Amino acid sequence: MCVALPGKVVEIYEKDALVDFSGNRVRAISGLVPIAVGDYVLVHAGCILQKLSAGEARDMIELFEEIEQA
Amino acid sequence: MTDFKIDMDRQITKIKAWLAAYDGPDISIMEVCGSHTAAISKYGISGLLSPRLHLISGPGCPVCVTPTAYIDRLLELSLEPGTTVVTFGDLMRVPGRARSLADARSEGAQVEMVYSPMDILRLVKEQPQRRFVFAAVGFETTTPVYAMLLEQLIEQKIENVQLLTALKTMPEVIAWLCENGSGIDGFLAPGHVAAVTGAKLFEPLAARYQVPFGVAGFEAKELLLAVYGTFRAAVRCREDRGRADVKNYYPSVVTHEGNELAQRIVDKYFEVSDAAWRGMGVIPASGRLLRAEYAGFDAGSASLIQDHRKNQACRCDQVLMGRCLPGDCPLFGTVCTPQNPQGACMVSEEGSCHQYLMYHRTR
Repeated sequence: MCVALPGKVVEIYEKDALVDFSGNRVRAISGLVPIAVGDYVLVHAGCILQKLSAGEARDMIELFEEIEQA
Repeated sequence: MTDFKIDMDRQITKIKAWLAAYDGPDISIMEVCGSHTAAISKYGISGLLSPRLHLISGPGCPVCVTPTAYIDRLLELSLEPGTTVVTFGDLMRVPGRARSLADARSEGAQVEMVYSPMDILRLVKEQPQRRFVFAAVGFETTTPVYAMLLEQLIEQKIENVQLLTALKTMPEVIAWLCENGSGIDGFLAPGHVAAVTGAKLFEPLAARYQVPFGVAGFEAKELLLAVYGTFRAAVRCREDRGRADVKNYYPSVVTHEGNELAQRIVDKYFEVSDAAWRGMGVIPASGRLLRAEYAGFDAGSASLIQDHRKNQACRCDQVLMGRCLPGDCPLFGTVCTPQNPQGACMVSEEGSCHQYLMYHRTR
Protein backbone atom coordinates (compact mmCIF):
# COMPACT_ATOMS: atom_id res chain seq x y z
CA MET A 1 0.00 0.00 0.00
CA CYS A 2 2.67 2.47 0.98
CA VAL A 3 4.95 1.27 -1.78
CA ALA A 4 6.48 4.27 -3.50
CA LEU A 5 9.03 4.18 -6.28
CA PRO A 6 11.65 6.64 -7.52
CA GLY A 7 11.43 7.65 -11.18
CA LYS A 8 12.74 10.38 -13.48
CA VAL A 9 10.55 13.21 -14.76
CA VAL A 10 10.52 13.12 -18.58
CA GLU A 11 7.76 15.57 -19.49
CA ILE A 12 5.60 17.99 -17.54
CA TYR A 13 1.96 18.76 -18.35
CA GLU A 14 -0.61 21.00 -16.71
CA LYS A 15 -1.61 18.77 -13.79
CA ASP A 16 0.61 15.76 -14.16
CA ALA A 17 3.97 14.60 -15.44
CA LEU A 18 5.39 11.67 -17.37
CA VAL A 19 7.72 9.71 -15.09
CA ASP A 20 10.16 7.05 -16.28
CA PHE A 21 10.73 3.96 -14.13
CA SER A 22 13.59 2.08 -15.85
CA GLY A 23 11.90 2.43 -19.24
CA ASN A 24 8.31 2.03 -18.01
CA ARG A 25 6.65 5.45 -18.40
CA VAL A 26 3.67 6.41 -16.26
CA ARG A 27 1.72 9.64 -15.83
CA ALA A 28 1.61 10.83 -12.24
CA ILE A 29 -0.27 13.76 -10.69
CA SER A 30 2.03 16.67 -9.84
CA GLY A 31 1.36 19.74 -7.75
CA LEU A 32 2.54 18.63 -4.30
CA VAL A 33 6.16 19.54 -4.99
CA PRO A 34 7.87 21.79 -7.60
CA ILE A 35 9.50 19.64 -10.30
CA ALA A 36 11.59 20.06 -13.44
CA VAL A 37 12.40 17.69 -16.30
CA GLY A 38 15.28 15.45 -15.21
CA ASP A 39 14.34 15.48 -11.51
CA TYR A 40 14.10 12.19 -9.65
CA VAL A 41 10.80 11.95 -7.79
CA LEU A 42 9.00 9.56 -5.46
CA VAL A 43 5.66 8.36 -6.85
CA HIS A 44 2.99 6.79 -4.66
CA ALA A 45 -0.46 5.67 -5.88
CA GLY A 46 -0.16 7.75 -9.03
CA CYS A 47 0.93 10.94 -7.30
CA ILE A 48 4.34 12.63 -7.02
CA LEU A 49 4.96 12.89 -3.27
CA GLN A 50 8.49 14.20 -3.01
CA LYS A 51 11.60 15.17 -4.96
CA LEU A 52 14.76 13.14 -4.34
CA SER A 53 17.98 14.87 -3.43
CA ALA A 54 21.32 13.81 -4.89
CA GLY A 55 24.37 12.47 -3.08
CA GLU A 56 22.96 9.33 -1.53
CA ALA A 57 26.24 7.40 -1.46
CA ARG A 58 28.00 10.24 0.36
CA ASP A 59 25.10 10.41 2.83
CA MET A 60 25.48 6.74 3.67
CA ILE A 61 29.20 7.09 4.39
CA GLU A 62 28.53 10.02 6.72
CA LEU A 63 25.65 8.31 8.49
CA PHE A 64 27.80 5.25 9.14
CA GLU A 65 30.54 7.41 10.64
CA GLU A 66 27.98 9.08 12.90
CA ILE A 67 26.74 5.72 14.20
CA GLU A 68 30.30 4.59 14.92
CA GLN A 69 31.15 7.77 16.80
CA ALA A 70 27.94 8.02 18.85
CA MET B 1 32.68 7.18 -6.74
CA THR B 2 34.72 3.97 -6.73
CA ASP B 3 36.17 4.97 -3.37
CA PHE B 4 32.66 5.43 -2.04
CA LYS B 5 31.70 1.99 -3.27
CA ILE B 6 34.70 0.37 -1.56
CA ASP B 7 33.97 2.32 1.63
CA MET B 8 30.34 1.24 1.53
CA ASP B 9 31.22 -2.42 1.01
CA ARG B 10 33.58 -2.23 4.00
CA GLN B 11 30.81 -0.68 6.07
CA ILE B 12 28.33 -3.38 5.13
CA THR B 13 30.83 -6.04 6.17
CA LYS B 14 31.30 -4.32 9.55
CA ILE B 15 27.57 -3.92 10.03
CA LYS B 16 26.86 -7.59 9.33
CA ALA B 17 29.64 -8.65 11.70
CA TRP B 18 28.24 -6.49 14.54
CA LEU B 19 24.66 -7.68 14.02
CA ALA B 20 25.73 -11.33 14.03
CA ALA B 21 28.08 -11.09 17.02
CA TYR B 22 25.94 -8.97 19.37
CA ASP B 23 25.93 -10.64 22.79
CA GLY B 24 24.33 -8.06 25.13
CA PRO B 25 20.82 -7.97 26.59
CA ASP B 26 17.94 -8.82 24.25
CA ILE B 27 16.87 -5.84 22.12
CA SER B 28 13.65 -5.62 20.10
CA ILE B 29 13.13 -3.13 17.30
CA MET B 30 9.73 -2.75 15.70
CA GLU B 31 9.46 -2.00 12.00
CA VAL B 32 6.12 -0.22 11.94
CA CYS B 33 5.71 -0.14 8.16
CA GLY B 34 4.41 -3.12 6.16
CA SER B 35 6.71 -2.27 3.25
CA HIS B 36 9.66 -2.53 5.66
CA THR B 37 8.48 -5.98 6.78
CA ALA B 38 8.38 -6.97 3.11
CA ALA B 39 11.85 -5.51 2.40
CA ILE B 40 13.37 -7.16 5.51
CA SER B 41 12.07 -10.52 4.25
CA LYS B 42 13.19 -9.94 0.67
CA TYR B 43 16.75 -8.96 1.64
CA GLY B 44 17.04 -11.62 4.34
CA ILE B 45 17.91 -9.04 7.02
CA SER B 46 16.32 -10.97 9.90
CA GLY B 47 18.66 -13.88 9.06
CA LEU B 48 21.71 -11.67 9.74
CA LEU B 49 20.75 -11.01 13.36
CA SER B 50 22.22 -12.54 16.50
CA PRO B 51 19.63 -14.47 18.59
CA ARG B 52 19.65 -11.49 21.02
CA LEU B 53 18.40 -9.03 18.38
CA HIS B 54 14.76 -9.07 17.32
CA LEU B 55 12.90 -7.36 14.49
CA ILE B 56 9.18 -7.28 15.21
CA SER B 57 6.62 -6.17 12.68
CA GLY B 58 4.02 -3.67 13.77
CA PRO B 59 0.64 -2.18 12.86
CA GLY B 60 1.76 -0.50 9.63
CA CYS B 61 -0.12 -2.41 6.97
CA PRO B 62 -3.25 -0.27 6.43
CA VAL B 63 -5.31 -3.16 5.12
CA CYS B 64 -4.37 -5.34 8.11
CA VAL B 65 -5.40 -2.84 10.80
CA THR B 66 -8.77 -1.97 9.22
CA PRO B 67 -11.65 -3.62 11.13
CA THR B 68 -14.17 -5.85 9.37
CA ALA B 69 -16.98 -3.28 9.80
CA TYR B 70 -15.23 -1.23 7.11
CA ILE B 71 -15.08 -4.18 4.68
CA ASP B 72 -18.74 -4.94 5.40
CA ARG B 73 -19.70 -1.33 4.60
CA LEU B 74 -17.82 -1.60 1.27
CA LEU B 75 -19.69 -4.83 0.54
CA GLU B 76 -23.02 -3.11 1.21
CA LEU B 77 -22.08 -0.26 -1.12
CA SER B 78 -20.94 -2.64 -3.88
CA LEU B 79 -24.41 -4.22 -3.87
CA GLU B 80 -26.33 -0.94 -4.11
CA PRO B 81 -27.83 -0.47 -7.57
CA GLY B 82 -25.91 2.02 -9.71
CA THR B 83 -22.88 2.00 -7.38
CA THR B 84 -19.35 0.79 -8.09
CA VAL B 85 -16.74 0.34 -5.37
CA VAL B 86 -13.24 1.25 -6.53
CA THR B 87 -10.26 -0.10 -4.59
CA PHE B 88 -6.58 -0.93 -4.51
CA GLY B 89 -5.96 -4.64 -5.09
CA ASP B 90 -4.86 -5.29 -1.47
CA LEU B 91 -8.40 -4.96 -0.12
CA MET B 92 -10.11 -7.36 -2.50
CA ARG B 93 -9.57 -10.57 -0.56
CA VAL B 94 -9.68 -9.28 3.01
CA PRO B 95 -12.43 -11.17 4.83
CA GLY B 96 -15.41 -9.21 6.10
CA ARG B 97 -17.93 -10.67 8.53
CA ALA B 98 -19.30 -13.06 5.91
CA ARG B 99 -17.18 -12.63 2.79
CA SER B 100 -14.70 -10.49 0.87
CA LEU B 101 -15.08 -7.97 -1.96
CA ALA B 102 -13.66 -10.60 -4.33
CA ASP B 103 -16.42 -13.02 -3.24
CA ALA B 104 -19.05 -10.33 -3.76
CA ARG B 105 -17.70 -9.46 -7.20
CA SER B 106 -17.91 -13.07 -8.32
CA GLU B 107 -21.60 -12.87 -7.33
CA GLY B 108 -22.23 -9.78 -9.42
CA ALA B 109 -21.30 -6.87 -7.13
CA GLN B 110 -19.65 -3.93 -8.90
CA VAL B 111 -16.03 -3.67 -7.78
CA GLU B 112 -13.20 -2.12 -9.81
CA MET B 113 -9.51 -2.49 -8.96
CA VAL B 114 -7.18 0.42 -9.73
CA TYR B 115 -3.56 1.42 -9.29
CA SER B 116 -4.26 5.04 -8.34
CA PRO B 117 -7.26 6.87 -6.84
CA MET B 118 -6.90 9.25 -9.80
CA ASP B 119 -8.09 6.43 -12.10
CA ILE B 120 -11.56 7.20 -10.80
CA LEU B 121 -11.56 10.36 -12.96
CA ARG B 122 -11.38 8.13 -16.05
CA LEU B 123 -14.13 5.81 -14.76
CA VAL B 124 -16.41 8.78 -14.14
CA LYS B 125 -16.00 9.96 -17.74
CA GLU B 126 -16.76 6.49 -19.08
CA GLN B 127 -19.89 6.04 -16.91
CA PRO B 128 -21.21 9.45 -15.81
CA GLN B 129 -24.49 8.01 -14.50
CA ARG B 130 -22.93 5.69 -11.91
CA ARG B 131 -21.93 6.50 -8.37
CA PHE B 132 -18.32 5.57 -7.57
CA VAL B 133 -17.06 4.99 -4.03
CA PHE B 134 -13.32 4.82 -3.48
CA ALA B 135 -12.05 2.61 -0.65
CA ALA B 136 -9.75 5.24 0.82
CA VAL B 137 -7.54 3.36 3.27
CA GLY B 138 -4.05 4.44 4.21
CA PHE B 139 -1.63 6.30 6.43
CA GLU B 140 -0.04 9.74 6.12
CA THR B 141 1.60 8.65 2.84
CA THR B 142 -1.66 8.12 1.00
CA THR B 143 -3.94 10.78 2.50
CA PRO B 144 -2.41 13.58 0.31
CA VAL B 145 -3.33 11.52 -2.77
CA TYR B 146 -6.98 11.49 -1.66
CA ALA B 147 -6.78 15.23 -1.03
CA MET B 148 -5.46 15.72 -4.58
CA LEU B 149 -8.38 13.64 -5.88
CA LEU B 150 -10.82 15.87 -3.98
CA GLU B 151 -9.21 18.96 -5.55
CA GLN B 152 -9.86 17.46 -8.99
CA LEU B 153 -13.43 16.42 -8.16
CA ILE B 154 -14.27 19.93 -6.98
CA GLU B 155 -12.52 21.67 -9.86
CA GLN B 156 -14.19 19.45 -12.46
CA LYS B 157 -17.55 19.66 -10.62
CA ILE B 158 -17.81 15.88 -10.38
CA GLU B 159 -20.53 14.92 -7.91
CA ASN B 160 -20.92 11.18 -8.35
CA VAL B 161 -17.75 10.19 -6.47
CA GLN B 162 -17.46 9.55 -2.73
CA LEU B 163 -14.79 8.19 -0.41
CA LEU B 164 -15.24 5.55 2.26
CA THR B 165 -12.30 6.47 4.45
CA ALA B 166 -10.23 4.43 6.90
CA LEU B 167 -7.36 6.87 7.27
CA LYS B 168 -4.90 6.45 10.09
CA THR B 169 -1.94 8.28 11.56
CA MET B 170 1.21 6.79 13.06
CA PRO B 171 2.15 8.73 16.22
CA GLU B 172 -0.93 7.77 18.23
CA VAL B 173 -0.66 4.04 17.55
CA ILE B 174 3.06 4.09 18.37
CA ALA B 175 2.24 5.89 21.63
CA TRP B 176 -0.42 3.24 22.32
CA LEU B 177 2.19 0.49 21.89
CA CYS B 178 4.65 2.29 24.17
CA GLU B 179 2.00 2.68 26.86
CA ASN B 180 0.69 -0.86 26.67
CA GLY B 181 3.77 -2.84 27.53
CA SER B 182 5.00 -3.72 24.07
CA GLY B 183 8.60 -4.27 25.21
CA ILE B 184 9.90 -2.41 22.16
CA ASP B 185 13.34 -0.81 22.55
CA GLY B 186 13.31 1.20 19.33
CA PHE B 187 11.38 1.83 16.15
CA LEU B 188 12.23 1.76 12.47
CA ALA B 189 10.11 4.69 11.37
CA PRO B 190 8.19 4.44 8.09
CA GLY B 191 10.17 6.27 5.38
CA HIS B 192 7.29 7.18 3.11
CA VAL B 193 5.13 8.46 5.95
CA ALA B 194 8.10 10.64 6.91
CA ALA B 195 8.51 11.81 3.28
CA VAL B 196 5.18 13.60 3.80
CA THR B 197 5.24 14.45 7.52
CA GLY B 198 8.97 15.02 7.98
CA ALA B 199 11.21 13.18 10.44
CA LYS B 200 10.03 15.66 13.10
CA LEU B 201 6.80 13.63 13.46
CA PHE B 202 8.61 11.12 15.67
CA GLU B 203 10.57 13.54 17.87
CA PRO B 204 7.91 13.97 20.60
CA LEU B 205 7.58 10.16 20.82
CA ALA B 206 11.33 9.60 21.15
CA ALA B 207 11.53 12.22 23.89
CA ARG B 208 8.43 11.09 25.79
CA TYR B 209 9.04 7.36 25.79
CA GLN B 210 12.86 7.45 25.55
CA VAL B 211 12.99 5.06 22.62
CA PRO B 212 15.12 5.80 19.55
CA PHE B 213 13.62 6.10 16.07
CA GLY B 214 15.47 5.46 12.79
CA VAL B 215 13.71 6.76 9.68
CA ALA B 216 14.46 4.08 7.11
CA GLY B 217 14.40 3.69 3.35
CA PHE B 218 13.58 0.57 1.40
CA GLU B 219 16.70 -0.38 -0.57
CA ALA B 220 18.88 -3.14 0.88
CA LYS B 221 21.89 -1.06 1.98
CA GLU B 222 19.97 1.94 3.31
CA LEU B 223 17.59 -0.33 5.23
CA LEU B 224 20.46 -2.35 6.68
CA LEU B 225 22.18 0.86 7.79
CA ALA B 226 18.98 2.03 9.51
CA VAL B 227 18.50 -1.35 11.23
CA TYR B 228 22.09 -1.26 12.48
CA GLY B 229 21.93 2.38 13.60
CA THR B 230 18.65 1.84 15.44
CA PHE B 231 19.88 -1.29 17.24
CA ARG B 232 23.03 0.59 18.28
CA ALA B 233 20.94 3.52 19.52
CA ALA B 234 18.64 1.16 21.45
CA VAL B 235 21.63 -0.52 23.10
CA ARG B 236 22.98 2.89 24.11
CA CYS B 237 19.62 3.86 25.60
CA ARG B 238 19.41 0.55 27.47
CA GLU B 239 22.84 1.23 28.93
CA ASP B 240 21.82 4.82 29.80
CA ARG B 241 24.46 6.23 27.51
CA GLY B 242 22.62 9.01 25.77
CA ARG B 243 19.11 10.19 25.16
CA ALA B 244 16.78 8.68 22.60
CA ASP B 245 16.35 10.69 19.43
CA VAL B 246 15.23 10.48 15.82
CA LYS B 247 17.85 9.71 13.20
CA ASN B 248 17.12 10.14 9.51
CA TYR B 249 18.67 7.28 7.52
CA TYR B 250 16.69 8.17 4.38
CA PRO B 251 17.93 11.71 3.63
CA SER B 252 17.52 11.37 -0.15
CA VAL B 253 13.75 11.44 0.39
CA VAL B 254 13.02 12.54 3.95
CA THR B 255 13.61 16.01 5.35
CA HIS B 256 13.00 17.29 8.87
CA GLU B 257 9.92 19.25 7.84
CA GLY B 258 8.54 16.92 5.14
CA ASN B 259 6.31 18.05 2.30
CA GLU B 260 4.52 21.06 3.76
CA LEU B 261 2.31 21.53 0.72
CA ALA B 262 1.05 17.96 1.12
CA GLN B 263 0.45 18.55 4.85
CA ARG B 264 -1.57 21.70 4.10
CA ILE B 265 -3.79 20.06 1.50
CA VAL B 266 -4.49 17.16 3.90
CA ASP B 267 -5.53 19.67 6.59
CA LYS B 268 -7.76 21.47 4.11
CA TYR B 269 -9.94 18.41 3.49
CA PHE B 270 -9.49 16.19 6.54
CA GLU B 271 -9.78 16.68 10.27
CA VAL B 272 -8.32 14.62 13.10
CA SER B 273 -10.66 11.89 14.35
CA ASP B 274 -10.68 8.79 16.50
CA ALA B 275 -9.98 5.59 14.56
CA ALA B 276 -10.49 1.87 15.15
CA TRP B 277 -7.49 -0.46 14.83
CA ARG B 278 -7.67 -4.24 14.67
CA GLY B 279 -6.52 -5.57 18.04
CA MET B 280 -6.11 -2.17 19.67
CA GLY B 281 -9.67 -0.88 19.37
CA VAL B 282 -10.48 2.82 19.10
CA ILE B 283 -7.42 5.01 19.63
CA PRO B 284 -8.31 8.68 20.18
CA ALA B 285 -7.14 11.12 17.48
CA SER B 286 -5.40 8.36 15.49
CA GLY B 287 -7.15 8.96 12.19
CA ARG B 288 -8.65 11.42 9.76
CA LEU B 289 -12.18 12.01 8.48
CA LEU B 290 -13.45 14.41 5.84
CA ARG B 291 -14.25 17.83 7.27
CA ALA B 292 -17.95 18.67 7.70
CA GLU B 293 -17.93 21.05 4.71
CA TYR B 294 -16.91 18.13 2.46
CA ALA B 295 -19.35 15.64 4.00
CA GLY B 296 -21.05 15.25 0.60
CA PHE B 297 -17.97 13.29 -0.50
CA ASP B 298 -18.23 10.84 2.40
CA ALA B 299 -19.89 7.44 1.96
CA GLY B 300 -20.53 6.82 5.67
CA SER B 301 -17.03 6.41 7.13
CA ALA B 302 -17.61 7.34 10.79
CA SER B 303 -18.19 4.67 13.43
CA LEU B 304 -17.01 1.64 11.44
CA ILE B 305 -15.55 0.11 14.58
CA GLN B 306 -16.70 -3.50 14.98
CA ASP B 307 -14.15 -6.19 14.27
CA HIS B 308 -15.14 -9.79 13.68
CA ARG B 309 -12.89 -12.83 13.44
CA LYS B 310 -13.58 -15.09 10.48
CA ASN B 311 -11.83 -17.84 12.43
CA GLN B 312 -11.84 -17.70 16.25
CA ALA B 313 -8.26 -19.01 16.41
CA CYS B 314 -6.94 -16.14 14.22
CA ARG B 315 -4.23 -14.14 15.99
CA CYS B 316 -3.92 -11.19 13.57
CA ASP B 317 -4.64 -8.81 16.45
CA GLN B 318 -1.71 -10.14 18.52
CA VAL B 319 0.60 -10.12 15.48
CA LEU B 320 -0.24 -6.47 14.74
CA MET B 321 0.65 -5.46 18.30
CA GLY B 322 3.96 -7.33 18.08
CA ARG B 323 2.86 -9.70 20.88
CA CYS B 324 3.33 -12.86 18.87
CA LEU B 325 5.09 -13.91 15.71
CA PRO B 326 3.02 -15.09 12.74
CA GLY B 327 4.34 -18.65 13.28
CA ASP B 328 2.85 -18.67 16.82
CA CYS B 329 -0.68 -18.64 15.35
CA PRO B 330 -2.14 -22.17 15.14
CA LEU B 331 -3.64 -21.40 11.72
CA PHE B 332 -0.41 -20.11 10.16
CA GLY B 333 0.45 -21.93 6.94
CA THR B 334 -2.07 -24.70 7.54
CA VAL B 335 -5.65 -23.42 7.64
CA CYS B 336 -4.57 -19.85 6.83
CA THR B 337 -2.65 -19.37 3.58
CA PRO B 338 -2.51 -16.64 0.93
CA GLN B 339 -4.90 -18.78 -1.16
CA ASN B 340 -7.36 -19.11 1.71
CA PRO B 341 -6.64 -16.28 4.17
CA GLN B 342 -8.38 -16.35 7.54
CA GLY B 343 -7.13 -12.93 8.58
CA ALA B 344 -6.03 -9.72 6.87
CA CYS B 345 -2.33 -10.18 7.75
CA MET B 346 -2.23 -13.18 5.38
CA VAL B 347 -3.91 -11.29 2.52
CA SER B 348 -1.83 -8.22 1.89
CA GLU B 349 1.68 -8.56 0.48
CA GLU B 350 2.67 -6.19 3.28
CA GLY B 351 0.96 -8.31 5.91
CA SER B 352 3.31 -9.92 8.44
CA CYS B 353 1.79 -13.39 8.10
CA HIS B 354 1.98 -13.29 4.31
CA GLN B 355 5.63 -12.23 4.45
CA TYR B 356 6.68 -14.78 7.08
CA LEU B 357 5.03 -17.59 5.14
CA MET B 358 6.30 -16.64 1.68
CA TYR B 359 9.88 -16.21 2.91
CA HIS B 360 9.83 -19.11 5.41
CA ARG B 361 10.66 -16.68 8.20
CA THR B 362 10.69 -18.01 11.73
CA ARG B 363 11.95 -14.78 13.33
